[in-house]
Amino acid sequence: MHLAYPAVLSVLLFCTGLYGVLARRNAILVLMSVELMLNAVNLNLVAFDVWLSRAARDALHSGQALTLFTIAIAAAEIGIGLAIVLAVYRARGTSDIDKLRDTAETRPGPGDDGTEPAAPAMAEKTEAAA
Amino acid sequence: MTLAASSHGFLSPTGVEVAFLLVGIVTLGAAVITVTTKQLVHAALWLVVALGGLAVEYLLLTAEFIAWVQVLIYVGSVVVLLLFGLMLTRAPIGRSPDADSGNRWAALTVAVAAAAALVWVVVDAFRTTWIDLDGAAGGADGGSTAVTGASLFQSWVLPFEALSVLLLAALVGAIVLSRKAAAEGERPQGSTNKAPSDKGKAPSDKDTAPSGKDQAASGKEGVR
Amino acid sequence: MTTTTLAVLVPLLPFLGAAAGLLLGRTAPGFVRPLAVLPTLLSTVFAVLVALRQGGGQAIDAATELTPTGSVPVELALHLDGFAVLVAVLVGVVASCVQIYSTGYLRDDPRYPSYAALISLFTSAMLLVVYSGDLIVLLVGWEIMGICSYFLVGHYWETPEARAASLKAFLVTKLGDVPFLFGLFALAADAGSFRITTVLGAVASGGLDHPTLIALLLLAGVAGKSAQFPLHTWLPDAMAGPTPVSALIHAATMVAAGVYFIARLLPVFTASAAALVVLAVMAAVTMTGSALAALAQDDIKRVLAYSTIGQLGYMTGALAVGDRGAAVFHLLSHGAFKALLFLAAGVIIHAAGTNSLAAMSRMRDLRSRVPDAYWTMTVALLALAAIPPFAGFFSKEAVLGVAEHAAAGEGAAVPASAGWIILVSGLVTALLTATYATRLWLLAFRGHGAEAPDHGRQPVVMNAVLWVLAVPSLAFGLTMGLLPDWFDGHDLTPTLTTSVLGTGLALVGGLVTYGAWRHTTALAARVPLGAVAAHPEADAGVVEAEAIASHAPAYGDVAYAPDPADPGRLLLGPLHRHAAVGFHLDAAYTALFVRPVRAAAELVRFLDREVVETYVRGAGTAPRWLGTAVRRAQTGNVQTYLSVLLAGSAVLAAVAVLVATRGA
Repeated sequence: MHLAYPAVLSVLLFCTGLYGVLARRNAILVLMSVELMLNAVNLNLVAFDVWLSRAARDALHSGQALTLFTIAIAAAEIGIGLAIVLAVYRARGTSDIDKLRDTAETRPGPGDDGTEPAAPAMAEKTEAAA
Repeated sequence: MTLAASSHGFLSPTGVEVAFLLVGIVTLGAAVITVTTKQLVHAALWLVVALGGLAVEYLLLTAEFIAWVQVLIYVGSVVVLLLFGLMLTRAPIGRSPDADSGNRWAALTVAVAAAAALVWVVVDAFRTTWIDLDGAAGGADGGSTAVTGASLFQSWVLPFEALSVLLLAALVGAIVLSRKAAAEGERPQGSTNKAPSDKGKAPSDKDTAPSGKDQAASGKEGVR
Repeated sequence: MTTTTLAVLVPLLPFLGAAAGLLLGRTAPGFVRPLAVLPTLLSTVFAVLVALRQGGGQAIDAATELTPTGSVPVELALHLDGFAVLVAVLVGVVASCVQIYSTGYLRDDPRYPSYAALISLFTSAMLLVVYSGDLIVLLVGWEIMGICSYFLVGHYWETPEARAASLKAFLVTKLGDVPFLFGLFALAADAGSFRITTVLGAVASGGLDHPTLIALLLLAGVAGKSAQFPLHTWLPDAMAGPTPVSALIHAATMVAAGVYFIARLLPVFTASAAALVVLAVMAAVTMTGSALAALAQDDIKRVLAYSTIGQLGYMTGALAVGDRGAAVFHLLSHGAFKALLFLAAGVIIHAAGTNSLAAMSRMRDLRSRVPDAYWTMTVALLALAAIPPFAGFFSKEAVLGVAEHAAAGEGAAVPASAGWIILVSGLVTALLTATYATRLWLLAFRGHGAEAPDHGRQPVVMNAVLWVLAVPSLAFGLTMGLLPDWFDGHDLTPTLTTSVLGTGLALVGGLVTYGAWRHTTALAARVPLGAVAAHPEADAGVVEAEAIASHAPAYGDVAYAPDPADPGRLLLGPLHRHAAVGFHLDAAYTALFVRPVRAAAELVRFLDREVVETYVRGAGTAPRWLGTAVRRAQTGNVQTYLSVLLAGSAVLAAVAVLVATRGA
């Protein structure tokens, strides 16, 4: 079998997951998309492992071992992730990612306009003092 | 290797390749529906299809142990866990029009660009590489449980143990997160939750406690 | 105490008095007067002691280097020769008189503590200049005097004249100080030291590479400080300060510093014939011009100010012909009688309630109101006019004598042209000096008209000081036999030719003025004129400040009064109008310097406002717009951030692959 088939499938699955991570609003759907991306990587690992072990370049089965590790870590990740999502949901009443905007500056309101005329006035004052 | 590669062209696919291609199309379709459907529960169910399809692909790649682990963990526990999560966060059943956020087009652009770049690179790099699935080593299947187990406990035993510590840490972390959230929910009564009455609140608090346990259980399952 | 210790104490005591006066002025008002007078008196006593011990013998030198200061060392050095000790005595005596006089003159002034402290500091700075043997230390005293004159001239800062005059005094003297500083550096670079003895040694051995340049640079500073043409314009305006300050500045300290400086470094100047000729021309223009201007002034203090400029011209003239003995002789006698003139003028202004001669000439019996001032001022004016046997006669004849020597070609290394210039202009100025002295006396004390207002007796201290100063004005000339021992040894006795010429010219000037006055005085009764600031109970300072402030509104100008009864008007004829305003030099400076500077300032202001500020605003606005744009991207939506991040990494990956494949 050509290696290109699993590799291209892996790429497409990965990018599908990527789209999901970027486009989905619900945090749990984002976690699902993350799972898709992880699986895409797993497929890649398995495909390359098969290729390399058949070509007798790799006797350790590192790809399959790493796949197992990835699966375990993905399980842990989904547990922690869901716990966080639930905690957020309990605190905020929502699990929509685009409503969690605490890192943003508060919306520029009248204060922003207020400083604009103040600045030239102050410049005038310093000039008069000089 | 080069000799083998030269004798296998793209236009003369083998049976395995055709099967891989068909299952791959199904998998990809399911994945696309997962990230685009407007019904949240359906998304989880389509994820099952996609992950199952991947398990089949593993089988086709002769990695049978991985395939079964995939079915066990992903289809068996992760998706169940996700469904629990959906329920606990009161995800609407049925079509929800706002399942996608506003930057869908930006996301699509990024995803397509990334896909184009990666596909181009991968195809450019591996278009002539051939995997000899028929097995030069005769019956000794590379992905069988025996071979995998041997390699795992001979060559990979140290990372394996380290991974078990990681899983323990994840387990403890999940418990701490859940407990802290519970304690928080008890003290400022209803100040954070939008529950209309105390009656509505009490079950939700109760729900969280089992979910934490459930996650812990799933973590353990992952180790096994 | 050793002579050196005494000499150190002489400048130090007034300085400590000034510091203490400034510190205690508000908290302990009772100590202010003792703190002002006693240190100055004590330092005068010490100066006399130093002079006696030095005795005109070998110069005493002492130096200590506090810290290494680079290539050319700066040392705290004393250089006590006959000139230094005698000038220090003069400074001490005049400063003491001024301090004592001020206690009466400004007895009710709220700013007296700071005033007295500044006078002490001024005195201390002048004494430092006199005693210092190091040019940089001398410069320190020189500049302290500059800043003190700024504060003291502006003592009545409520009046715009005083504010303008203090600024003008400061700026004009600084204008001279900049080339002065360069000159000092050039001198030190050539001589390799700031020590005066070393410098003079280098000059004697011909070690100066650029004597003319150095001398001319130093001359600029001297012209600023000693009010020589063309930097003399600050001195008449400085009359806006209190009269004791004028006395101090004119008689002993500030203006004397420049002459004294040249006297100290005379070999540097005689090393360049060109510098001597320039000095001679400067002195000649200064003398004759200022004497003409003095004849046209209406303000009694401005007459005296222009006369100071003229007498300083005599001193620089003596220096231009290479005789510092005569110059310092005239400096000493002039210090005595000019201090007396100013202090007496203060008394007269207080008594008359005006500083205008035109107004005084319409007062009867002013002289009987101020008998002490009348007699002492008469003595001082006779000394000024160089009538024998008063002090001014001997010193002025000494100057004329050396000029005659130089003109005859007897002076070594002095061009005969310089001698002729000084001799002729000195004789002309002698005539003019007698003329304006007579005019001043006639107008002030021989007035007709209404009875002079009764402002009460002046404080005893003010009158006592006048008599103290009258003694040297009268008799200082008799010391001419002793002085050559203290100076360079040149004979200072007047020669017959110049004596007859000078005295004759002075008498002619006085008689002509008297005749003119007899002719014009009939007019005085017909033209009523005069404004009197009557404050019978206030102290003299208040009266003077009001008189100065009201002169321009009453007469149309600070210096000028439209009085047809003025004999000066008759004598000068059409020249009077120009002489009254100082030959339009201020107007010329305004046109030449003030206007261009103002225009340049306007231009700079325009450039700053309209051009530079536009860039500044642009530099502020562009980042603000950019910030607003960037802030729009800062939505807080993690998915947006991640999208941008991944888009960027995709682009980077594509670029990397492209570059790698191109390279392969």
